[in-house]
Amino acid sequence: MDTRKEKFPYGIPGHNLGEVEREIPVEEPPVWPVNDKLKVIGKRVTRIDALEKVTGKAIYTSDIKLPGMLYAKMLRSNVPHATISSIDISKAKSLAGVHAIHLIENTPKEGEENSTDKYPMVKYVGQPLAGVAAESLEIAKEAVSLIKVNYEKKPFVIDLEAAMEINAPIVFDAPVTQKQDGGDVGETHDGSKGEGNVRGPSTSSFFGGPRGNLEEGFNEADVIVERTYRTQVHTHMPLETHGVVVDWNADVMTVYASTQNTAAVRNEMASVFNLPKSKVRVICEFMGGGFGAKHSAGSFGPMAANLAKKTGRPIWLMLDRREEHLAEGNRPNSIQYLKIGAKKDGTLTGIQQRSHGTAGVGLGAGVGRIAQILYPCPNFATEQYDVLTNAGPGAAWRAPGNVQGAFGLEQAIDEIAEKLNVDPLSYRDHIDKSEVRKVERQRGAELFGWSRRQPTGSSKGVVKKGLGVGQSTWPRFVSLDSSVEIKIHKGGGVEIRSSVQDIGTGTKTVLAQVVAEELGLQVKDIKVNIGDTFFPVGPGSGGSVVTGSITPPTRNAAFEAKMALLKLVAKKWETDSSELFIADGQVGHKKDTSLKMSFKEATKLMRTSQISKIASRSDDYGGFQQPWGLAYGDLGSVQFAEVSVNTDTGFVKVDRVVAAHSCGRPLNIGQLESQINGGVIQGVSYALYENRVMDNSTGHMINANVDQYKVPFSMEIPEIETVIVEEYSGRSSTDAYGIGEPANIATAAAIANAVYNAIGVRLYEIPITPSSILKALSKVS
Amino acid sequence: MENKDQDRESKPAKTISRRSFIRGAGLSTASSVLLTSNAFALEYKEPLATGKEFGPDAMTIKMKVNGITKSLSVEPRTTLASALRDHLELTGTKVVCDRGSCSACTVYLDGKPVNSCMISAFDVGDKEVTTIEGIAKNGELHPVQEAFIEHDASQCGYCTPGMVMSCVHLVDNTPDPNLEDVKNATRGNLCRCGTYPHVFKATLAAAKKTI
Repeated sequence: MDTRKEKFPYGIPGHNLGEVEREIPVEEPPVWPVNDKLKVIGKRVTRIDALEKVTGKAIYTSDIKLPGMLYAKMLRSNVPHATISSIDISKAKSLAGVHAIHLIENTPKEGEENSTDKYPMVKYVGQPLAGVAAESLEIAKEAVSLIKVNYEKKPFVIDLEAAMEINAPIVFDAPVTQKQDGGDVGETHDGSKGEGNVRGPSTSSFFGGPRGNLEEGFNEADVIVERTYRTQVHTHMPLETHGVVVDWNADVMTVYASTQNTAAVRNEMASVFNLPKSKVRVICEFMGGGFGAKHSAGSFGPMAANLAKKTGRPIWLMLDRREEHLAEGNRPNSIQYLKIGAKKDGTLTGIQQRSHGTAGVGLGAGVGRIAQILYPCPNFATEQYDVLTNAGPGAAWRAPGNVQGAFGLEQAIDEIAEKLNVDPLSYRDHIDKSEVRKVERQRGAELFGWSRRQPTGSSKGVVKKGLGVGQSTWPRFVSLDSSVEIKIHKGGGVEIRSSVQDIGTGTKTVLAQVVAEELGLQVKDIKVNIGDTFFPVGPGSGGSVVTGSITPPTRNAAFEAKMALLKLVAKKWETDSSELFIADGQVGHKKDTSLKMSFKEATKLMRTSQISKIASRSDDYGGFQQPWGLAYGDLGSVQFAEVSVNTDTGFVKVDRVVAAHSCGRPLNIGQLESQINGGVIQGVSYALYENRVMDNSTGHMINANVDQYKVPFSMEIPEIETVIVEEYSGRSSTDAYGIGEPANIATAAAIANAVYNAIGVRLYEIPITPSSILKALSKVS
Repeated sequence: MENKDQDRESKPAKTISRRSFIRGAGLSTASSVLLTSNAFALEYKEPLATGKEFGPDAMTIKMKVNGITKSLSVEPRTTLASALRDHLELTGTKVVCDRGSCSACTVYLDGKPVNSCMISAFDVGDKEVTTIEGIAKNGELHPVQEAFIEHDASQCGYCTPGMVMSCVHLVDNTPDPNLEDVKNATRGNLCRCGTYPHVFKATLAAAKKTI
């Protein structure tokens, strides 16, 4: 491969900005300077699809209406564990307006528990069993209620600790294989090991396995903190539920999907129906929230397609709020044992972690790798157990595993600091080797006013104030399945095409910014057509991979298209294209300022109607840590929380949060702020409010709605300020990364530490509720 | 068979209505319900249904939406939200909780914000309905809409129509609102992406522009 060497900005402006030389592929564009010197990148560019959103014109999957379309509704189990002896559809079938009923049949799979029954075994309340297509949603619902299922009930277990008992009812008799969309990322979850419902443990991640010798580590320690932390199950509750509209004609199956991953849905549907990928088209133009749960076609995708096949008509199948809570993902709970040792000088000597959690009938209930990598420590081991229960499967949920893990780790680090009699922030300065978090601590602490922090428990009065801090790390992941087509049309018009979707994070806008910057145009000149698998494949929106994966090939393709255009201009001007540039919509010559031509005029020189260039994500400059795309560096964050705790009522209010974050080269400040605000608010919600409440005697979720599933509304929103630290590392042509996961990791820990600072009693379990505060203060038993 | 006067003539329903049932269920639950209920839903008075019974078949009614009177064929069980979305193709109004707890379906009835998922299409009568599609006038955005764009007050955007309806009502009816007023106006609006801080900022900025 032909390469050339270039010097890239490296480090943090205002702190340690320097340069690094990288060898880069010769066809890639020249280095971008820091954001200060760019026109569109790193600015507050307004979201390009905001107009549709504020006028109600944005069409989401749930809004789609096709000629002849039928509405579908799924029948779900209302018992948690059973075999099905029969299903009677006679009444439903004869209801006027019903067009088709599809029953899910048992398809034995390798490595999974199987029976010879006609229908699959029921393993949780809410498991899909059948679907009805009808003239209206009301008719479909009525038909579903007329279907009679005869269950042969089996013993079941819902509660995590009850499921760990030796004599607990067994959820799966056979080994369970890793589900593709587990609740955790980076851990190896092996469901084939273990006893009863307790499977695993997983002991390693892509950062390796155990290291050092724990016993020696704890022997060396002068102080030891040993605690057990508990976190709850919470559900994603995106405002738009999971669902699809399937239009299956002879040639192509078109799936309009509310998804974070058009390509994955395409692959699943092609595989289920044995179609070539070229004959399945998945489209997602606007998407009403996912937070990790919408990477799959689920059971609703194939159901809608089966009904479309049976009726020959397009099928609308969106879940309702209850189905969404029961069956479409949750963040698994955890019981985490954590033991940390440190020397008098603060050096960590050992970290031992053991966790149990349940992702219901799924795997992936780990606590991530944050304890493994956030702070250097020579001796480390983790054992993360999955416990199977008769409840809906977990799914990835914004920084899967790590949000649970951070809640334990960052409280334990505070406790070590306290034992060493050091300020918790100074202690992190001492043990944390990350330069970017160092800057985040400095800038964040100043904005937050960390120096106001009073000794723990010294706040006077009934309402006590407390300040706390929490840190996080998230790896830089790159998906090599990130391709983009850039088209320049003759006579003007620039188009971006990729299957990558914008789930509300602002991907469309940052792509337009990247191309506008490269082509010397304005954002409004760029048309972004994404979220369609008929275009080049893009990454799924998960793991904060999108920006880091798709913006470099977008810039590279735009650069190639620009060079092709400039060659035409160079020919006309009888000069060399390397002497030409485009700025402010004008082609110019570096030496001869008299030569000028508008971009539009330049495109008229094209002999054919378009220039089209496709680029795919190349390896990071300097390569990856792991060849599949684990990049060097991380996305670090430090969050500060200020709380008021009413010691009479137990009511906790988060007053203020300062969130300091890094994401490489920031592309759009307004959108980054939005995502950070969202991560913080979801963290507040996790720390104080959300909880999936199960009835252990029936297996039903009690609060499977919006009114009883408490999340923050406007009255509970703290004042949030963000600090975005630019960090250059010269790893790609944009050097930009995402912020989705990092924004959500440290919040709950920062709040828990602040609550401790306020009342002098530590809470080891979330959600922190008025009742748990009063119990901690021994005001109620 | 098809005019609003029949609504006034209809006799009291024998069975409990969807609205009153859900309201009853809501009152029996924890206090968090009160924290999250739409501020306006609590003030909304259910019209007394008097006169003839309808249904169960669909019948044609007239409804004035965004200044235009439209005929539509709906069943007695059809909500206003469904009438707008499924019958009039006004899909800007979103249905999220379907029980009056999230305000995504907020529309105005005679200028007052209501949860359209909690109102029977038959109960609209001669009241004028305004939806998100009717907020921009003659192609000109309302200052709140402009400010939402300027301050990045939408992420996924699914709550945005309801959020805009709540904030437009505040800005149009409250001189010089402060942050607490904005929080009050949106206290029933659920945004799962957590865009509230930008919604507050945008609405305050819009209010300044309209003074």
